[in-house]
Amino acid sequence: MTALLSDTALIFGRYARQTLRSRFQILFGVLMPLLYLLFFGPLLTGLPLGGAGDSWQVLVPGLLLQLALFGALFAGFSVIVEKQLGVVERMRVTPVSRPALLLGRVLRDAALLVLQAVLLVLAALLMGLRAPLAGVVIGFAFVAVLTIALASLSYALALKVATPQEFGPTINAVSMPSMLLSGLMLPMALAPGWLDVLSHFVPFRYLVDAVRAGYVGDYAGTAMLYGVLMAVALTLISVTVGTRVFRKAGA
Amino acid sequence: MPIISTAGLARTFQTKNGPVEAVRGIDLTVRPGEIIGFLGPNGAGKTTTLRMLTTLLPPTGGAATVAGFDLEREPEAVRRKIGYVAQAGGVDPQISVREELVTQGRLYGLGRTAALDRAGELARDLGLVELLDRPCGALSGGQRRRLDIALGLIHRPKVLFLDEPTTGLDPGSRADLWDLIRSIRERHGTTVFLTTHYLDEADELSDRLIVVDRGVVVAEGTPSALKRAYAGSPDATLQDTFLAITGRGIAPGDATPVAV
Repeated sequence: MTALLSDTALIFGRYARQTLRSRFQILFGVLMPLLYLLFFGPLLTGLPLGGAGDSWQVLVPGLLLQLALFGALFAGFSVIVEKQLGVVERMRVTPVSRPALLLGRVLRDAALLVLQAVLLVLAALLMGLRAPLAGVVIGFAFVAVLTIALASLSYALALKVATPQEFGPTINAVSMPSMLLSGLMLPMALAPGWLDVLSHFVPFRYLVDAVRAGYVGDYAGTAMLYGVLMAVALTLISVTVGTRVFRKAGA
Repeated sequence: MPIISTAGLARTFQTKNGPVEAVRGIDLTVRPGEIIGFLGPNGAGKTTTLRMLTTLLPPTGGAATVAGFDLEREPEAVRRKIGYVAQAGGVDPQISVREELVTQGRLYGLGRTAALDRAGELARDLGLVELLDRPCGALSGGQRRRLDIALGLIHRPKVLFLDEPTTGLDPGSRADLWDLIRSIRERHGTTVFLTTHYLDEADELSDRLIVVDRGVVVAEGTPSALKRAYAGSPDATLQDTFLAITGRGIAPGDATPVAV
């Protein structure tokens, strides 16, 4: 257990330093949601979005999870590069804990995406967002948890596929429908019945609804409950799958 | 007591076109302190065997012990005793030489101070002192290779596996690397198990050669014994010997002088 913790810290440190060396990497991820915030957000002010709170309280939670969704799902690309450099193999012949190779990486991703989420919320405050602090903090927690879950799956996939050409399209095939069907941009309250029903099969929908509830100060409702349950389930499954793949690959 | 011994070690890959027997049954023993040249034509099963012996690939048949531990049941104990330098090397070009060495030491369980000390010690032994603060990507081919070997030696392994250690190096760097490998064995008694495509390298460096073809060991012995047995004279070239053993060259294009 102590080996797992110290090895996780070691791997986290390696990749955190790698991230800190590249300011570009730190800021680039926040660019897409920031563009939505600046050029899409203002279109929504004044529209009836069918829920509590103003348009910023609806949009910003969606953008936060969009940030986590895309940032985490594409995290695996780094493993593909490292596979080609031989770094993955070199680490696998050492006695380092196999789960630590995964956990150190996903914790780095969670830290990076929460930092980007903070930057995004600061920008949103300038644009006119007003939300309770506890809700905002809950939003960051959801970003961290979603990142841990999706980055685990992304790394597992990256370890399994033979080429980057297989990885990119697979990730796109997951990320785009997930974004559209979970009501990240506009709440599913606006959707016709069939679309609303369909979106209930997309786990991210519950996470978005929970963060939106947090942003209007509703911490004890069913939206928050379902969001937390879904986030926990998603994380348990994803980390289990991820560690299994990392263990097996190191056999 | 051999430091490596295998019995019927085999690996079959399941592919779309049915099973492929990459390694059909390798029997070999290596004594402590030997330098073994592991040779074979492309596709003979060299790399697959090496990947099994270094715990990267689980065998589908047979058994092996490496450095006193069973490969299948105690892979983690094996990992603590062996160093492996892959062809690709495996360093991040952005990271400094010092950081890669220290991280490698810590991956093997050294504390921060011990890892720093060991990195400094290896840097002195392998001529990397001036390079410690450079990013790995800025090193020359020969320097990179010395770094790769330093990474493989960080935990003082009993066995060092080298996968085509001098591929891509200029003649001077190759000769330096041969000296380095010999001195590692001399000073620490490290067993060295290396694959190579260069017959002059095998001849020059190895105490004993093990030749594989089509997934099995087809010949083994000292270079001169093999030359006598297969090419009729201890003065024969290893190239002729190799052709006599396998019926084909070691690699396409090997009819031309090796390693220029």
